[in-house]
Amino acid sequence: MSVNESGDFKLTRRAVLAAGGASAAVTVMPAEAEPVPAPKPATLPLSVTVNGKRRDLTLDTRTTLLDTLREHLGLTGTKKGCDHGQCGACTVIVNGTRINSCLSLAAQHHGDEVTTIEGLGTPDNLHPMQAAFIKHDGYQCGYCTPGQICSAVSVLREIKAGVPSHVQADITAAPTATNIEMRERMSGNICRCGAYSNIAEAMAEVAEARA
Amino acid sequence: MKSFTYERAKTPRDAAAAVARTPGAKFLAGGTNLLDLMKLEIETPTHLVDVQDLKLDRIEPTRDGGLRIGAFVTNTHLAADERVRRDYGVLTRAIVAGASGQLRNKATTAGNLLQRTRCPYFYDPNMPCNKRKPGSGCGAFGGFNRNHSVIGGSSLCICAFPSDMAVAMRVLDATVETVRADGSARSIPIADFHRLPGSQLPVGEFALEPGELIVAVTLPKPIGGRHFYQKVRDRSSYAFALVSVAAVIQRDGTGRVAFGGVAPKPWRVEAAEAALPQGAAAVTAAAFAGAAPRPDNAFKLPLATRALASVIAQAKAEAA
Ligand SMILES: Cc1cc2nc3c(=O)[nH]c(=O)nc-3n(C[C@H](O)[C@H](O)[C@H](O)COP(=O)(O)OP(=O)(O)OC[C@H]3O[C@@H](n4cnc5c(N)ncnc54)[C@H](O)[C@@H]3O)c2cc1C
Ligand code: SF4
Ligand code: FES
Ligand code: FES
Repeated sequence: MSVNESGDFKLTRRAVLAAGGASAAVTVMPAEAEPVPAPKPATLPLSVTVNGKRRDLTLDTRTTLLDTLREHLGLTGTKKGCDHGQCGACTVIVNGTRINSCLSLAAQHHGDEVTTIEGLGTPDNLHPMQAAFIKHDGYQCGYCTPGQICSAVSVLREIKAGVPSHVQADITAAPTATNIEMRERMSGNICRCGAYSNIAEAMAEVAEARA
Repeated sequence: MKSFTYERAKTPRDAAAAVARTPGAKFLAGGTNLLDLMKLEIETPTHLVDVQDLKLDRIEPTRDGGLRIGAFVTNTHLAADERVRRDYGVLTRAIVAGASGQLRNKATTAGNLLQRTRCPYFYDPNMPCNKRKPGSGCGAFGGFNRNHSVIGGSSLCICAFPSDMAVAMRVLDATVETVRADGSARSIPIADFHRLPGSQLPVGEFALEPGELIVAVTLPKPIGGRHFYQKVRDRSSYAFALVSVAAVIQRDGTGRVAFGGVAPKPWRVEAAEAALPQGAAAVTAAAFAGAAPRPDNAFKLPLATRALASVIAQAKAEAA
């Protein structure tokens, strides 16, 4: 601040900048003098059996099952589409049941058995559903395919186990693997390429072979 | 996502005590709603108490002929239970009309009842929302409100409660059983479990105290009748309801009916049910008396009438 000849206080632009800088420095100082350590993210040891192999890991508690598979175990067959339960690309089979691995924490799966697309079959020894997807052109770009196949395998099991669906006329009766049943039960797997009808045909072939 | 610590509790009482004593702690069941919201930092718990080891995963008969559904029973398990399919068909129908097969395999009974609204302003932290940030206003009131309530809201919040399962539980007069941090138990009728937003902040949502754990939902003994769940949505699967109707109709045309997608809670007006033999329009005129639809969602009122009319027609056809 400076005083001009008439005695008025007058702020110069320079003084304002200096004062602003000084006050900013004052408020920042304590933190600079004594830096507050960023809280260490919580971690957790856990073990999961993935495709028959036991894996022991120590992970940030925030790690989803999907990121565990892809980023920590290098199993990139399982895909991340939306990360919010809206597309099904991340579908894997846990203790025999399909789930969205993006909406599940690794910590929730301590002690569980996880099967991914890599565990269903191999290029030399395909799972029947994998072979049927190839035969019926059940994909175009292939991004949704691992989730579709894990889901498709589980859907046939769910029908066999008598899990009811929205399109069943009589929910007390045993469901059957009809086209409309498979379409309804596969609605949690979105395919941007629109391979739906071929996916249903691939499933029908596997269902018939099993019947 | 904000960092948090994690534990698996061993007994319901321990779980309730752990959440009550830890500021910012929450229960974790399937995680299909909570993790979704944590990723967006709409929920920011500091500690998660996983309830999977509490042995709340069974469905057992009650002494008075009903069923006691453990809080951790999955939506798939509940929908597929033979007794539920036979005696409480509206519940199976409502569950399988919701979400996807994968989600229902993970979602639990308690988590489903406690799922938060799908209002797009609630989901977008850049938007005003009294439910997410009390006092910030309601983005939906003068904004996009096609999916919102036509009745039961207030100028503070007009969100719709999204659960399908809860609408069936309302029509079946279910009771929510809880355990509090001090070990005491409480029974909450489903009619009182979901709260209307009201005229004061924070807006009402659920009737639970901090740390109060749901242990079960009980269904009274079966009431017979034909069971229906008619859900109207933008696509025929894997979408939330615009309007839904849960109904149990007896041979003589009397019965019960509750609506979903239209209010901040499952909407049932018992007095309106007396009009069922007169037809759908008479029921909805009474059930939606005092409705305050917004310009984008006024279509829900005639849609509710038509959905109920189709249920009544099916009931008549089946009875004939
Ligand atoms: C893409 C998508 C589509 C969906 N579509 C539908 C639909 O059409 N219809 C429908 O009804 N639902 C739908 N859902 C919602 C789904 O049903 C819920 O996410 C699910 O039911 C929540 O259950 P959860 O066990 O995973 O709960 P969590 O996410 O684990 O928990 C939800 C809340 O409940 C609390 N909680 C959990 N257990 C207890 C307990 N025992 N006691 C006290 N508090 C507890 C948690 O702290 C949390 O606040 C959809 C979800 C997604 C992601
Ligand atoms: S309707 Fe409710 S949830 Fe939606 S913006 Fe308004 S206050 Fe938030
Ligand atoms: S990535 Fe999990 S559902 Fe889309
Ligand atoms: S094959 Fe491209 S998304 Fe399904």
